Amino acid sequence: MRIPPPLELFIRSIIGRAYPRVIGANRELSWLIPETVLPLLGLAAYVYVYRAMKAPTEFVGYVVLGGAMTAYWLNILWSMASQFYWEKETANLQLYIMAPVSPMAILLGMGIGGLVASTIRAGAVIIVGSLLFGVTYQVSSLGLVLLVFFLSMVALYGMGMLLASLFLLSGREAYNLSNALQEPVYLFSGFYFPVKSLGFWAAAVASIIPLTLGLDAMRQLMFPGDPTLGFLSPWVECGILLLLCPIFIYLSKVALKKMERAARIKGTLSLRWQ
Amino acid sequence: MNKAIQTIDLVREFRVRAGKGRENRAIRALDGVNLEVEQGELFGLLGPNGAGKTTLIKILVTLLYPTSGQAFVDGLDVTRDVLPIRQRINMVSGGEYSGYGILTVKETLWMFSQFYGIPYRVAFERINELLEVVGLKSEANTRVSRLSTGMRQKMNFCRGFVTGPKILFLDEPTLGLDVEAARDIRAYIKTWMEKHRDRTILLTTHYMAEADELCDRVAIIDHGKILACDTPQALKKKVSGGSILEMSLSGLDELSWLKGKPGVKGLTSSSSIEKNRTTLKLVLESEEFVPEVIRELNQREIPILSVQSVEPTLEDVFLTLVGRGLSDENSTTP
Repeated sequence: MRIPPPLELFIRSIIGRAYPRVIGANRELSWLIPETVLPLLGLAAYVYVYRAMKAPTEFVGYVVLGGAMTAYWLNILWSMASQFYWEKETANLQLYIMAPVSPMAILLGMGIGGLVASTIRAGAVIIVGSLLFGVTYQVSSLGLVLLVFFLSMVALYGMGMLLASLFLLSGREAYNLSNALQEPVYLFSGFYFPVKSLGFWAAAVASIIPLTLGLDAMRQLMFPGDPTLGFLSPWVECGILLLLCPIFIYLSKVALKKMERAARIKGTLSLRWQ
Repeated sequence: MNKAIQTIDLVREFRVRAGKGRENRAIRALDGVNLEVEQGELFGLLGPNGAGKTTLIKILVTLLYPTSGQAFVDGLDVTRDVLPIRQRINMVSGGEYSGYGILTVKETLWMFSQFYGIPYRVAFERINELLEVVGLKSEANTRVSRLSTGMRQKMNFCRGFVTGPKILFLDEPTLGLDVEAARDIRAYIKTWMEKHRDRTILLTTHYMAEADELCDRVAIIDHGKILACDTPQALKKKVSGGSILEMSLSGLDELSWLKGKPGVKGLTSSSSIEKNRTTLKLVLESEEFVPEVIRELNQREIPILSVQSVEPTLEDVFLTLVGRGLSDENSTTP
């Protein structure tokens, strides 16, 4: 068995693991209904509340953008953090761990595949939501929007990899942990309202979740109506995201190593009947 | 040359939570296992469910740490040389549901081959060849979710071979397969070993005939201990000094009382409700004890329909060593 140089093996493994996610998004279009129509129904409620309150028109844009970004958060929770639990159930996890490649490559493949699939979902929500509620965008700097989005995604998926590593030891409780994280983050990251409304300290703590800052910066750059609604300046938020990226990736690497070792000691890399 | 596999006093314990108010306890899955497998051998590990076969494999494939003792794969320590070991091995477990239902058979095998860095062209060549051999070529582009259990098992079997491992661990590879599929798989294992004489397979099974047919040597394991290790012929020779009887009895009587009788080394029985018949297999120390057994059965008014002396099998070796059948649940080879 000839094993290629580490970098080639790493890249092949990323592509291999990303493949089912990318293919899955195109092969089974049944996701279209639950993953675009249902988020649209959810965000429609906020749109009508804001309209009834005669809130500034950019609030509708905030909600559509936030609603689209939930696709990434759901992907992180259900297809990254608790994914190793499902992989354990199907005996994939032991095959991944047993392969002569760093499990980081598997996690990165999962992340990149999930990012592609979630971007299709988020794109669908933005397009349909914008058309439905007449959202207009005034992008002041497309380059900066793309940079913020890129950094948010790297930091967010780095966080997803960290959660996946930490959840490696868990069994069914991974499902409950993901459930427990889902709704609070909708609130604290300000998916449907400007995060500044939470107050400085609450927003600062919530900034540990990369989507909080990413969403806030993108809103400021795409809906520059009222600059006082922004939490920090987009450049500062960009800088913090840039810091969070290596921190999450490094922590996930360390956690994965420690958790794999602990799982080998406890015997939790596979189920007893496997 | 390094041994393909070597274990020295290998012990593995699992902590089991006992519940509120009770003390946790430890289950000893492996209890001082000493084993040596040579390069190029097809080595069988036989034992009933729960004997410790899978635990041993999981330690050897670096998924589990031993509690104490040492284990080496191709001369490398399973606790320290994890990556070099992983570069040399692969594993297939019976009844596993690996892969993703959304992918086709070919895509699944390709995906797993990428974790070993197999170039695309080589991977697809091997995949096509393997699918042909196991009779799955026509399903190459079928989604995994639409495969039958047997087909899925065959696909997993291919997954183990597609990476061309130096040492392959097959954990009950024919579990749950129909007769024909199991025969195809056994035939492929034999051919692969003939073609690649430098490769090693550790096969665990509780199908005695499978081990007898395939293995160069077998070890019998029960309750985490190796009870015997030799070639199938040598093991059978060890019990040929005694006498093995197969009796057909009328009725569905409980026969465990025979175990304590003088001269009885082991027994196994199976009943057929439809035929109202019990088949009893007895391993006796010598033929001298045959009349004694028949007298006992007559005294209990159990009608004997037939008696015949049979050649020893690996099942009888197990019976002699352990005193009970390998698995009274399902020891019939598919």
